[in-house]
Amino acid sequence: MRKYLARRAVYAAVTLLGVSLSIFVILRILPGDPLVAILGVEGHARMTPADRVRIMADLGLSDPLPLQYVHWLRDIAAGRLGKSFFRGDTVSELIAHRGPISAEIGVLALFVSWLVGLPVGILSAFKPNSVPDGVARALSILFIAVPGFWLGMLIVLASLFWFGYKAPIVIVHLWENPWQNFQIVIGPALVLGLAQGAYISRMSRSCLLEVIGEDFVRTARAKGLREGIVVMRHALPNALLPVITISGVLLGFVLGGSVAVEQAFGVPGLGRALVIAVIERDIIVVQNLVLLYAVIFVVVNVLVDLSYAWLDPRIRYG
Amino acid sequence: MRALLVELARFSRRNTLSAVGGLVGLSIIFIALAAPLLAPRDPLKADFRRMNKPPDAQSFLGTDQVGRDTLSRVIYGARTSLFVAFSAVILGTTVGSLWGVACGYLRGRFDLYSQRIMEILQSFPDLILAMAISMAIGTGLQAVIFAIAVTRIPFGGRVIRSVALSVREMPYVEAGRASGASALRIMALHVLPQCIAPYLVLATTHLGAAIVIEAALGFLGVGVPPPTPTWGNMLADSITALVPPWWLAFFPGLAITVTVLAFNLLGDGIRDTLDPRLSPAFLRMMAGGRRG
Repeated sequence: MRKYLARRAVYAAVTLLGVSLSIFVILRILPGDPLVAILGVEGHARMTPADRVRIMADLGLSDPLPLQYVHWLRDIAAGRLGKSFFRGDTVSELIAHRGPISAEIGVLALFVSWLVGLPVGILSAFKPNSVPDGVARALSILFIAVPGFWLGMLIVLASLFWFGYKAPIVIVHLWENPWQNFQIVIGPALVLGLAQGAYISRMSRSCLLEVIGEDFVRTARAKGLREGIVVMRHALPNALLPVITISGVLLGFVLGGSVAVEQAFGVPGLGRALVIAVIERDIIVVQNLVLLYAVIFVVVNVLVDLSYAWLDPRIRYG
Repeated sequence: MRALLVELARFSRRNTLSAVGGLVGLSIIFIALAAPLLAPRDPLKADFRRMNKPPDAQSFLGTDQVGRDTLSRVIYGARTSLFVAFSAVILGTTVGSLWGVACGYLRGRFDLYSQRIMEILQSFPDLILAMAISMAIGTGLQAVIFAIAVTRIPFGGRVIRSVALSVREMPYVEAGRASGASALRIMALHVLPQCIAPYLVLATTHLGAAIVIEAALGFLGVGVPPPTPTWGNMLADSITALVPPWWLAFFPGLAITVTVLAFNLLGDGIRDTLDPRLSPAFLRMMAGGRRG
């Protein structure tokens, strides 16, 4: 197990190195001149050559590209993530200030998805092709298709009309005022959680149905156990593994989706910061935030893999 | 032609929902193609005497902040959204699939490195990768298509690679190798045809995702630049108002949802038909019923 853990960690580290390299290639090399990326073609043309040289040096962009890349990695290792081109704050401050809100939304969304998805999936699998099953499946198909950011907009709009809701302008952290913080994060978390819950209910339904068809379940029934015990205690634990895996994959949707959903709710989280940075072409910020999202995604999926090996004694990785 | 109709009839009898999805999808494609005939007004023409009007007899879905007709913009939006989604999915899935065939057939070091690259591509959340790419190469129609296409490559690569891996062990492929056919010839003539069905499944199931990513990019202001009407752009326009008019927020999103729903249902049905055992009947149908 420890060997497997070590190997998995090395793999993840290599992948992340590749991730950082591709971010670097996308943001620094594809546009040709990074100043064109920051200022746009017209803005770039309006500057004097001397200005260009000064700004490039200021941003550390005049070094040779491989050196820039190495410097970037060195800075990350040292915990310095560079500065926004347009604002004074460093990327680390940005993450520390806005990160917790987005993290809360993500974790809460995960809770919602299991809290809603799993019971619905179990209910569906209990009586396949019944009316409740049909309703549950129709709803899950619908929730998979509805874009989260649109649902978010509609919720905001409805609360504007009926409750005089105001979009949160300032960040209220959990430790400052839990109730106000909850009001900020609950909307995005619900929207994201329901969409993931739809996938989870679908997945748990089909996995349960598959397991219920197996011999040991028939044995349990033959022993005269109640159907509830058969499903909950014998079938469910065996059906959960793929559901855990898909939860790790779904995190990608949560991370990506949260960017748009935060925008819809006007939540000043990390996703909003990324969007603003992309629109302003603030490449230092974009480069670090994109890397952060990818790191979270990769690390969580490694954890999912490990939990898989831990939960299923049949799987023993050498 | 008759065989095709019989296949289609059987498909829709078994998968009624996805047949409905297919029909709705076809009508949306029709609406997109016939937009100039169907749209009651010019989608770009501002009318300052009719700004922010709720739905009425003159404009069925209301007008926006500068008096453009929402219905016409939703209809023209179908054009952009579908064009981007179709091009991106076809481009991304095709590149990914060809790459996957090469990986699965050639194996070895090429496969190993390619899989690492796919892994790296899949380490990014889709929307975030698309945002970064379209930012880097400039937000135009082509940039958005390219950005979404890149996010689709690893899916094609993974799925088709596994198909190619199993096909390469088939006796007829071995026979081809034994009779001295080159790797390129075997891949093109013997492995590739086996990948058509999974390719179709992949392409249809990813259409919905591509439409949502395109809309999200537009919504975030990094997609196809305005004034081109796209569903995402319209949603982005609507939230700039302090109190967004409900018709501006509602109808473009409804269009996205219906379209995604239709293509998802169609994709589910096609997957159910093709995935368990790749049915020869459907393959014949897709190959134009030449042998049937």
